[in-house]
Amino acid sequence: MMRFVVTMLVSLWLATGATAQSGPLRIEITDGVIEPLTYAIPAFEAETLAAGPVAEKLTRVIAADLSGSGLFRELPASSFVAQRRTFSEAVRYADWRAINAQALITGAVSVDGGGKLTVKFRVFDIFSGKELGKGLQLAGSANAVRRMAHKVADQVYTRITGEGPYFDSKVVFVSEKGPKDNRRKRLAVMDYDGANVQFLTDSSSLVFAPRISKDGRRILYTSYESGFPQIYLMDLASVQRRVLPTPQGAMAFSPRFSPGGDRVVYSLEMGGNTDIFLLDVASARSARLTNAPSIETAPSFSPDGRRIVFESDRSGTQQLYTMPISGGEPKRISFGKGRYGSPVWSPRGDLIAFTKQTKGRFGIGVMRVDGSDERLLSASFLDDGPTWSPNGRVVMFTRETQGASGAAGLYSVDITGRNLRSVKLSSPASDPTWGPVQ
Amino acid sequence: MKFYVGLLLASLSVTGCAKIFGGNDTEFVSTAPQRPVEMQPTQTTTNTSINQGVTQRTLSPSSPEYFSQTVGDRVLFNVDQHVLTAEGKRVLDGQIAWLNANTSYSVVIEGHADEQGTREYNLALGARRAQAVRNYLVAGGISPNRVRTLSYGKERPTEVCSQEGCYSKNRRAVTVLAGGIS
Repeated sequence: MMRFVVTMLVSLWLATGATAQSGPLRIEITDGVIEPLTYAIPAFEAETLAAGPVAEKLTRVIAADLSGSGLFRELPASSFVAQRRTFSEAVRYADWRAINAQALITGAVSVDGGGKLTVKFRVFDIFSGKELGKGLQLAGSANAVRRMAHKVADQVYTRITGEGPYFDSKVVFVSEKGPKDNRRKRLAVMDYDGANVQFLTDSSSLVFAPRISKDGRRILYTSYESGFPQIYLMDLASVQRRVLPTPQGAMAFSPRFSPGGDRVVYSLEMGGNTDIFLLDVASARSARLTNAPSIETAPSFSPDGRRIVFESDRSGTQQLYTMPISGGEPKRISFGKGRYGSPVWSPRGDLIAFTKQTKGRFGIGVMRVDGSDERLLSASFLDDGPTWSPNGRVVMFTRETQGASGAAGLYSVDITGRNLRSVKLSSPASDPTWGPVQ
Repeated sequence: MKFYVGLLLASLSVTGCAKIFGGNDTEFVSTAPQRPVEMQPTQTTTNTSINQGVTQRTLSPSSPEYFSQTVGDRVLFNVDQHVLTAEGKRVLDGQIAWLNANTSYSVVIEGHADEQGTREYNLALGARRAQAVRNYLVAGGISPNRVRTLSYGKERPTEVCSQEGCYSKNRRAVTVLAGGIS
């Protein structure tokens, strides 16, 4: 068993309070065509001799986050008129307006003898000719460079878009190897951008569909290590795992945490029929939530913990239903042409992401929780298993290619359907589950 | 625990015995120079003709190999269906007869689905298929405690192309033997 070592130690010291400002420098994420906001990020100043490479790396990771979101476009250093040398020098707004930069990010990095990293940054609204928000200083260990970069990028992002952060987060997923008829799967965790992959299990047993808790500390997943599909609970810091006790002799799968992490909603298969059950983790008692001869599966909690959305073929084809957790008649919310599955409730509560199958093609879509405003965000041979970013504005999912050499990969797209990108990993991957901002 | 069936190949061995025919209980005494005694195979136990250099095997009808190859260990399903086809029932009738004749075995029915579906739904669909087979075997007289079910959803395809020719083979329920005396 692999040890998952938490290497991240960042303490965020606020030089002064940081507040997001609304003003002309603002992106509204709407359905309309968005022109990415242009920004310049001169290489962060290395305040100590050893900090040069770290400063360069930090700058690049910040830029990759911002540009990677699809909402920002970086102006290359070769186009700069201003030649900044120090963090503390004044900003010559005219120089930046001259190259049509709308935002400027400046920063400095120092590394002390003990390997401690200090990062300072400021954001400037070139359009209005003033600073946006307050300068901040972060401290952390030298191997926390990427996390500190994500923290800076999250600050810039939230100040300009008004949305919550999402760059400083982790994703648990399934790493895959081998041919299609002998796939080896193992659980792994990575930074949201594909860096720092670490393995959580070996590939000796079939595992799939991990789901992370709201606090990011534990995962649930399905494993065949007992020879039979059962649900396991793993603590990510210690990699300790245990099987969740579910009714005897039945297949248990498709688990998700309640927002409070104290309950697990899941599917139980008995005698060929699959229904949804609710387990109280402390008492290990399960209660039945559905009782129908149809297949009921893929349940997901609303962020207020009061309802679930799930997939059922009770109407004859797979559709989405919501239901109060206290019980009651499920309400169908999907009505388009095709089949709907794998629903996941956004952490913001406003949307449900899902997989839709139409005429042999798959796509990831979103709809409001009453089923209205359905939109498809992707389409391919096989897209499935959406998971939400912590701010509810990006969806990551699995895309699998067809044929004998078909393989799975992770992709993300924003909720307007723009900016479809793959997550760069060195092996095939599936079943992502996106954790909270750390 | 994984149910594993070791396949035993029925193999035939050949033994040769030699007899030296001598007189009636009299010892041979030879004054001629000693020669190695020639051994002639005069008796073989085999029902194949070794001399022709060809060996043939017949499967013992009580072997797991016979079950999977001759009786048939799997039934296929139509898209989204868990209803048994006429051909499926025919295969299962053969399985019932075999299991009635070889009562030391129990079975695990493994249900599968093709890749054209979401992961969790396909797991449940595979379970429906396995159950359909179980119900048929039990209705045919096999004791319920000899039959377990398990689903692999779309995780264990045998065919890898993304076309109906492969999909149809992946939509299956496989009867895996367990126990038995080897």
